[in-house]
Amino acid sequence: MRGVVVIGAGHAGVETAVSLRSGGYSGPVTVVGAERHLPYQRPPLSKEMLADAGDPDELTLRSGDFFRDQRITLCHGTAVDIDRAGRQVHVVGSRPVDYDHVVLATGAVPRRLELPGRSLRGVAELRSLDDAIALRASLAGARRVVVLGGGFIGMEVASAARKRGVEVAVLELGDRLLKRAVSPPVSEAVAAYHRAEGVQLFFGEHATELVGSAGHVVGVRTGSGRVLRADVVVLGVGATAVDDLARRAGLDTDGGVVVDRWLATSDPRITAIGDCAVVCDPAGGTRQRLESIQNATDQGRYAAARILGEQRPFHALPWFWSNQGALRLQLVGVAGDVDKLVVRGSEGRFSVFCLRGGRLCAVESVNDPGSHMAARRLLERGTPNEAELLAVDFDVRVLARRARTRENAVA
Amino acid sequence: MPVVTYVYDDGSEHTVEVDVATSLMRAALRNQVRGIVGECGGSATCGTCHVYLDHSTEQFGPPSGDEDEMLEFTAAPRAENSRLSCQLVPSDEGARLVVRVPAEQI
Repeated sequence: MRGVVVIGAGHAGVETAVSLRSGGYSGPVTVVGAERHLPYQRPPLSKEMLADAGDPDELTLRSGDFFRDQRITLCHGTAVDIDRAGRQVHVVGSRPVDYDHVVLATGAVPRRLELPGRSLRGVAELRSLDDAIALRASLAGARRVVVLGGGFIGMEVASAARKRGVEVAVLELGDRLLKRAVSPPVSEAVAAYHRAEGVQLFFGEHATELVGSAGHVVGVRTGSGRVLRADVVVLGVGATAVDDLARRAGLDTDGGVVVDRWLATSDPRITAIGDCAVVCDPAGGTRQRLESIQNATDQGRYAAARILGEQRPFHALPWFWSNQGALRLQLVGVAGDVDKLVVRGSEGRFSVFCLRGGRLCAVESVNDPGSHMAARRLLERGTPNEAELLAVDFDVRVLARRARTRENAVA
Repeated sequence: MPVVTYVYDDGSEHTVEVDVATSLMRAALRNQVRGIVGECGGSATCGTCHVYLDHSTEQFGPPSGDEDEMLEFTAAPRAENSRLSCQLVPSDEGARLVVRVPAEQI
């Protein structure tokens, strides 16, 4: 057996390796990663790790002993080439690694913003633990930070910076926060929360130039001609899939590594998972690339299962969370083209029920974890219709309890 | 050091020493305890580190409102002593704890 080579040591890659072993795979398992750290959790990078108390060791996903005990080889280096004919992965600074199967879990990187002043000191992106440590150091001496982009990373960083007592301004080109991910009522609640925390929000605004002095950023010039003072600028304008290795290997790519419903690339010996994978279903006409922990770990577990013989296509209910200070957002399902929104709850604690074609397709919760969990249990089983939801005034907890009682009765 | 025994669904056990100020979820992952996922990393957000806490729960205090709500819809059924192990952080050096790990988390 030549073994499995997992390229990428993030959540998806590590989950694949761990699941291969727990599923009984006995061949060599190698995880290739370019970072100097043991594989670690990424969500805290934009939250707890930006506080002084944030401890990098706390982020470690599994210990070095664990990987040794499980005979999972961590190969430190950058994978530069997949030799599909010779079935070897080439890694800088290492001997070629043989494979029966490759799992691409290369993730995503911050979308590159080309802007005058981009390379000034004090201009930061956030992807890796090293980025987070550097950003924390910059924030420690900062008085004012400008965040470009009102997405999840941007707003989490805004929150963490406010907590440090740093003044924060956020520039968002669109007309509301988190526009690609949540419905308007949630965007409004998020904006209200951050304003109350003292974050300045500018909509319909973008940066045209980062202004520097002596090599360090001192301000941001905006499209409307404002100049906002800043000692730190964080670029948080979305992410792009890392698919260059796949492309070099001649695999289909299209804004990510193209995979089918079994997460197989155009080469059946190569699977792609997590942030880097675009799942295309020509029959259903769908195309989906998700950036989330849930997607990374579910696809990692699935990739291992499929290598071990699973025949069914991948299926998982997407869910997501974002903690911004005291604000807890939890999303479940895929909203897509929603034709009706129903809001239940109070101003600071509510859920938005998204309906499409008369059925529940997604639920967005603000400080409402009970509704989120109930909605997860319900949507795993099916999509309740509007009449069912109306009958309980959209209290999905009632429906989830009933579903469980029914199942227990059957069992 | 606090000592925690994780009891699996099949009755087998795994006992580990835990650093004070380390949650039982993190301790489980560090020590290769099976059956605790902790997908969200410990922010009481995913509900995949559910355990049943034996004996006194005094040293941890009751679950917060959010934890309480999450617990109602964990994958395995809730019991009176259900907790999210990410929220259980022993503060007592001499603590001896027993938690049962449910059969499913996801």
